[in-house]
Amino acid sequence: MSLMEQLNRKALGLGVPLSVHLDVTYHCNERCEHCYLEHDGTNELTTAEIRNFLRQFADAGVFFLTISGGEPLLRRDCFEIIEFARELSFNVKLKTNAVLVREKEARRLREAGVEQVQVSVYSHKPEVHDAITKLPGSLSRTLAGIRCMRAEGLKVTLANVLMRNNAQDYAGVQALAAESGSHYTLDPTITPMLNGESSILSLRLPPEELRGVFHDERLVENVQDFCALPGPIDDEIREGIPCSAGHTSCYVSPWGDVYPCVQFPLVCGNLRETPFSEIWANSAQLIEVRSIRAKHLSTCSSCSHLGTCTRCPGLAFMEGNMRGPSSADCEKSYVRTGVVTAGMLAGHSGSARVSSGTALVQIQL
Amino acid sequence: MKNCYLARSRAVAARQIGEEMIIMSAADSTLFSLNPVAALIWQAADGQTPLARIVRDRICPEYEVEPEEALRDAEEFVAELAAHGILMIAESPILGSSPITVGTR
Repeated sequence: MSLMEQLNRKALGLGVPLSVHLDVTYHCNERCEHCYLEHDGTNELTTAEIRNFLRQFADAGVFFLTISGGEPLLRRDCFEIIEFARELSFNVKLKTNAVLVREKEARRLREAGVEQVQVSVYSHKPEVHDAITKLPGSLSRTLAGIRCMRAEGLKVTLANVLMRNNAQDYAGVQALAAESGSHYTLDPTITPMLNGESSILSLRLPPEELRGVFHDERLVENVQDFCALPGPIDDEIREGIPCSAGHTSCYVSPWGDVYPCVQFPLVCGNLRETPFSEIWANSAQLIEVRSIRAKHLSTCSSCSHLGTCTRCPGLAFMEGNMRGPSSADCEKSYVRTGVVTAGMLAGHSGSARVSSGTALVQIQL
Repeated sequence: MKNCYLARSRAVAARQIGEEMIIMSAADSTLFSLNPVAALIWQAADGQTPLARIVRDRICPEYEVEPEEALRDAEEFVAELAAHGILMIAESPILGSSPITVGTR
């Protein structure tokens, strides 16, 4: 067992929220067509509130802090927030489009001790990337920001969300990552908007293209293992939890709402009203999320994919039942293996219900 | 090792989880887990206090161990962390090493 696995297991046993994803704003200088956020920036947390909440996170044992948005660097106090988080000794990861990053900003991120920066890049072709972000010149500006950060020695990951409009371009983005000495991650995940609006799901890759992605040896280290038939299901799998959401991690919105995860919009409390430690320990919503084991899942508990499916409880929640299937994950299990899922047999096929299906497999390269 | 002064690197993240101190270096993303004795030394590494005094005042009263033996072990430990860039070591006090705040849980 790796040290990270041991740490996660320990945090789970102690009830420690090891990771918090904090969106400091929903303002953004891009308007990505697949974005799940409304860019409403009213009444967002003040600097003083965020400093207070960061202290509370540290006291609760939070170690990994992801600062994201919107575009976090649109906040004039973003560096102050990052630097204060580092004073509190968080491991800080920043998610940005890097449009506003130049030498000075990159140096400040490095000096603050940011551990890694994740930047969304959709294509190596400006006409494709800029059409997705709806910001002319954005690819050029993003790549300039990445070069500045790499020149400072920052660890950068290019996050390549894959959808219909850029389905053919992932090799080009991979090449950009290699040229800049960055890591690359591909994510065929298009989720409903947090307000429930689902029209953007039409951007999802169709199953036949997803199958090609999952079987592409340039992306998947071991296709045979990744696409293997599901194995036997034992008690350890039946007693397992779906993911870390609500168990060792949570999400905080720019208004202080606490969710189990950014993709799990179940409000568990608000930091302006209740201290973080109280929400984490006593929220009825979090207690319910934590009570769910694989054996409790309404359809999935009888599915042959139970031990290997990437089922996202947040996406299931957005489809109406946090104990139910996530149709997009049913689809992924199916296109990976060719084996139909219990959810599909029960009528939860992602391809059959495009309005509610989403994608959620991340391939880390 | 004479007059060994220690200061925590500013490029690391650290948090106490239960009895363990976990540390991650921003430079190479390596994760470390320190046992309670090592965590005591880490927390006392303020750039101003010699390692021998940390061992004498913090380790020996807490754990029944001979000072010479404890110091030898401590020297090995700090050398290892220094090699990973987690600690800075010098023969004189390290100026400008401000303590970082480490939440405990």
